[in-house]
Amino acid sequence: MTAARSGAELPHRGSLDSVLVANRGEIALRVVRACRELGIRSVAVYSDADAQAAHVRMADDAVHVGKSSASKSYLNEDAILEAARSAGVDAVHPGYGFLSERPSFAAAIEEAGLTFVGPPSSVIATMGDKASARALARRAGVPVVPGSDEVASVEDAVAAAEEVGYPVLVKASAGGGGRGIRPAASADELRTVVAEAQREAASAFGSDKVYLERALQGPKHVEVQVLADTHGGVVHCYERECSLQRRRQKILEEAPAPGLDPSVRESLCAAAVDLAREVGYVGAGTVEFLVEGGEFFFIEMNTRIQVEHPITEWVTGLDLVAEQLRVAGGAPLSVTQDEVVCRGASIEFRVNAEDPGQDFMPSPGEVTGLELPGGPGVRVDTALMAGDVVPPFYDSLVAKLAVWAPTREQALARGRRALAEYRVQGLPTTIGLHRRLLDHPAVVDGTYDITTLEAWLRRADVGHSE
Amino acid sequence: MGSHTITSRTPGVFYHRPSPDAEPYVTEGASVSEGDTVGLVEVMKTFHEVKADATGTVSKFLVENEDEVTIGQDLVELET
Repeated sequence: MTAARSGAELPHRGSLDSVLVANRGEIALRVVRACRELGIRSVAVYSDADAQAAHVRMADDAVHVGKSSASKSYLNEDAILEAARSAGVDAVHPGYGFLSERPSFAAAIEEAGLTFVGPPSSVIATMGDKASARALARRAGVPVVPGSDEVASVEDAVAAAEEVGYPVLVKASAGGGGRGIRPAASADELRTVVAEAQREAASAFGSDKVYLERALQGPKHVEVQVLADTHGGVVHCYERECSLQRRRQKILEEAPAPGLDPSVRESLCAAAVDLAREVGYVGAGTVEFLVEGGEFFFIEMNTRIQVEHPITEWVTGLDLVAEQLRVAGGAPLSVTQDEVVCRGASIEFRVNAEDPGQDFMPSPGEVTGLELPGGPGVRVDTALMAGDVVPPFYDSLVAKLAVWAPTREQALARGRRALAEYRVQGLPTTIGLHRRLLDHPAVVDGTYDITTLEAWLRRADVGHSE
Repeated sequence: MGSHTITSRTPGVFYHRPSPDAEPYVTEGASVSEGDTVGLVEVMKTFHEVKADATGTVSKFLVENEDEVTIGQDLVELET
């Protein structure tokens, strides 16, 4: 490892000379590009299937890490660590997915005397555990979805529900994955439901312990981008609206969140900064909330760069990946909070190799033809070039189209225009779905919530894919 | 006695068992009915069960657990 140098010698990039990019696809390319602009040597890693991939072609160097399956390559901690050692890099950028939120991996990088581009492994561990993240949010004064402790009797449940607020969900402590959950809208209903839930929990899970949680009816998923350095600097970069989800996978995101009350926005952003400070955050992170009525509730923090970071880059003018690399090199953030300004509107469309007409069946294969959209306010993040093959071994995300315009209405028009230009031949993608989604009234007026997309997909004929 | 080969409907990674710690779906010599699950193919982080499309006895696995497979590749041989 090279000795840390003072920020004065290298004011623009901290002390990093070289970075191992421990990822693939568009995000690996994104990191390679940021490194190139900062004068940092980038070293890609690749599996058998990715030997000819764009992130390998564009990096300064590349190291083979294993067979095609993810568990034998990009998810293999030992192989990635060995690649970092053999390449002689200062730091490892994990991107998103794969090893990015594994405390053991970050700890191994730290123990090897290298820099992990992200928060300390202890922070990843704290925020990765639901109970400890919720406890930390409470300590930071950040609201969580209201809930009770375990209730011992029906009357205890009724008393607790007064505090939690109706409607409530009765949840089995030993349940999980959506099992053992029953709603109740009133005290009368709750009396019946708790008794049933206790009996059911006892037989299904071997424990009759239940607790209550507020039932949100149709909340919006709104998340706040934060940046923190190692000098105590923490800023938020405003919010992203990410409610359009299918099976908890986001498909379209926008910034700023349409219709968000300015005072809620202010509180939300302040809460994200408080949480980041409380946990000792370093680097780029995202604090996710559910927003309903005038209330918001913390759900989780993603301790890495987010897929949808380009829309925040569009509205703030910041380069979030460059900030990550600078912070990892020990430099302070390039901006103060006052200098982070949200301007215009940006929308991202995730292009997945999936067939919406076949229940989103993954569609790996060869891209025989490709026409990318362009022109004003259009950005495409992709590692997929004509003639490339989308391998079956990894995530189905193959590209992100992000548009920007001075107003939301113009951004929607620009999105329609760019989607009309976008052509992928050889395999089905979600491009056609996005074109139709932009005609949905709740998308046009920005009133959609986390139930909107799945309800629309159940109704709509999304048969013709593209 | 004839033989029948079950093929993969999708490219991906083949698994003999539903999860790493679980028992295999079927072993060589087992009898299977049409519609029984004989394996799993992972494609782009989603899992698809491989169903027997004939009734018979498993005579041979043509791929190992965690092998990479292509669309249409022979997976399991049945004696019918």
